[in-house]
Amino acid sequence: MTHLSTSAPPGVRRWRGLAAALAGALLLAACGGGSTADLEPDELAGEADADEDADEGDGDATAGAGGDLDLTLLSTQLRPVEEAEAVRNVVLADFPGTVEFIGEDDGPFVDRILAEAEAGSGSVDVIGALHGDFGTFAAEDVLMDLSDLLEELSADREFPDSLVELTRFGTDAVYYIPWVQATYAMVASTEAIEYLPDGADLQALTYDELLEWARVLEEETGAPQFGLPAGEDGLLHRFFQGFLYPAFTGGLNTTFTSDAAVEGWSWLQDVWEHTNPQSTTYGFMQEPLLSGEVMVAWDHTARLIGALEERPDDFVAFPSPVGPEGLAFMPVVGGLGIPATSPDPEGARQLIEYLTRPDVAALTLRETAFFPGTGDELPDDLEGGVGALAEVVAAQQDSPDALPSLLPIGLGDQGGAYNKVFQDSFRAIILQGSDPAGVLESEAANLQSVLDAAGAACWEPDPDTGDVCQVG
Amino acid sequence: MAATDTPDRTRRLGHLGLAPYVLLLPSLVFLAVFFARPMVDAFTLAFEDPSGGFGLEPIRQMMADSRFGEALRTTLILLVAIVPVQFVLAMSMALVINAKLKGQSVWLYIYAIPLAVSELAAGIIWLSIFTQRGWLNSWLIQTGLLEQPFDFLGYQNRGWLIAAIVLAEAWRATSIIMIILVAGLQSIPSDYLEAAEIYGANLWKRIRYVILPMLRPSLQVALILRTVLALQVFAIVIALAGASMTVLSAEAYKWQVTYRGPNVAAAYAGLILLLSSSAAALFLWLLPASPRSGRGALNRAARPEPEREEVSR
Repeated sequence: MTHLSTSAPPGVRRWRGLAAALAGALLLAACGGGSTADLEPDELAGEADADEDADEGDGDATAGAGGDLDLTLLSTQLRPVEEAEAVRNVVLADFPGTVEFIGEDDGPFVDRILAEAEAGSGSVDVIGALHGDFGTFAAEDVLMDLSDLLEELSADREFPDSLVELTRFGTDAVYYIPWVQATYAMVASTEAIEYLPDGADLQALTYDELLEWARVLEEETGAPQFGLPAGEDGLLHRFFQGFLYPAFTGGLNTTFTSDAAVEGWSWLQDVWEHTNPQSTTYGFMQEPLLSGEVMVAWDHTARLIGALEERPDDFVAFPSPVGPEGLAFMPVVGGLGIPATSPDPEGARQLIEYLTRPDVAALTLRETAFFPGTGDELPDDLEGGVGALAEVVAAQQDSPDALPSLLPIGLGDQGGAYNKVFQDSFRAIILQGSDPAGVLESEAANLQSVLDAAGAACWEPDPDTGDVCQVG
Repeated sequence: MAATDTPDRTRRLGHLGLAPYVLLLPSLVFLAVFFARPMVDAFTLAFEDPSGGFGLEPIRQMMADSRFGEALRTTLILLVAIVPVQFVLAMSMALVINAKLKGQSVWLYIYAIPLAVSELAAGIIWLSIFTQRGWLNSWLIQTGLLEQPFDFLGYQNRGWLIAAIVLAEAWRATSIIMIILVAGLQSIPSDYLEAAEIYGANLWKRIRYVILPMLRPSLQVALILRTVLALQVFAIVIALAGASMTVLSAEAYKWQVTYRGPNVAAAYAGLILLLSSSAAALFLWLLPASPRSGRGALNRAARPEPEREEVSR
């Protein structure tokens, strides 16, 4: 077991501040966005299970009788094979019982939980999902109230108040226990650094400087070296929703067709000229970074960590670029809940207790690059990759230009259709070369249909009007 | 011969009474529950308005979708490209195996290896070949044929992308066609081929006038199967093309799972079924099992006289 230390490196120690900043941003959005704030699934990961080790005395007590526990943890997070294997073989290894960890697509995941609730009988003991998924379940009232578990756990864990507030969905109940947090960042090979534009600061790179960097890299190396996760299972739509749009327009839905939005898409058209065209097959950017197909990439931290861990001397992590409106970034929060139909609610609580232990959270961080959902300090012995990402995440959130943009909120099962609007815009504007203004105008109607169907109010960075969000 | 067989067969069947129908019942029930019912449900879903009544909204939504045209076009292109390639390959492989060469069974095992590989695994294998740092580019650079890696899988190199998918799919699914053709070839009585040889027919003439006509039932089955499979191509496209290319089955999946639009997904599924059925009907019409009576593949195999006459000229 790894003990948390008070003498962590400066970058790593900032995690507490980071978590607080993230939590503050979320609370702000929750307050402004109504009580049904809901983060859409993306990628958080969860893992774990209870460890019975001696330095967690209470763990022994609760799990002692659970040697024959047989639980099912269904999660929309940590689905990629490597992450899921890390959860099963490392994070859950010390849990006193058997945990079947099942990664599930968002759609079937929601269907399964709701169907089990409707049937009045279920097979899932614990669910791991993003805030947005829990919003859907809270509205359907298919989860157990975990207020007492949260209180119990808070005795030796520091859940940020703002996150706890989110878990209530405007009620007195607690629908999930904060589990993991993550965001997105950039990674470059150290060889690429020498081609940085004059005067550019890697820690505060602007979109224009990134474009120039990509151009010079292609010119000097003879091949496009910038990469984006534009494949089928890539998260490029999050780049639009949480980075490009807010950074250029200061909004998202309400500025969807604005001149600033056209400017943002034009930037992407320009940078795409110097982007490896094989990006449309990339799901995780760590592979093309490691294989040398690209030298600079943006992606989710959990999808970059492989490169930083495998060859820490060859890669550096740095914050997402700064746009005209600021350094936009998207924090991601996930939690653990118990369905009302859980076959073993007591075992489920033990599993959540285990997964949120500081040492297990630290293990999760090392294995999957998902940061803890508690505000506890990070361990001081984080190795290169995770430590580097922790510093970047801190820099991103501590920046005076920081512009946190939340995952889509309140969309329920319209999340996939919402992402499709951005994916289709990308295909039309970038891959097919259509005029950005025209494409945005026609996609705006699709976007409005999705928001109407979900009845979703605007969320940060759009101003909330209390009514269904109107595309602008 | 047929004239004398028929009364015997009828008498024998008469003794069986209802037994054949009883024996068929389980499979009929299975088909009704697990095939017909879901199919009817899918069609119902495809014609369901948001209000729940009958309507064409899902069809309209499917056709208005920005990816529909590309998905349909790509699926048809792949169909046209994959089927002929696989048939030429499968026929060649089947003839090699049927030639009773030394080590015949070794060839069969080698050819059958891809049967054990799933579609997605096949896609990943070929991805490792065609990607920029893959085997093909490495080899081309090592041999000096290329200076920089070529992007075979880039969205802008659509021709190469389709070629890569066709190759991968041909590698993966040709064996199943080959197995069907080998079975067909081995059911051809050797005396027909020997007779053709005695009459002076060379290899091409034996293929043209004996083998192919007698293989028609197997060809029909293989063509229908191959076409249906080509319309269902999914994982290989996802693995090799990523977001660069889409096909009907991929859109059906995404509408069902990702976009949560079961009605539109059902519309896509209905379209795939319609195309499959049309292709099957086309092959049944183009390749009647018996050119004279149109009844039964086995009858055709038992009456090769016209071909013998042709060969003897």
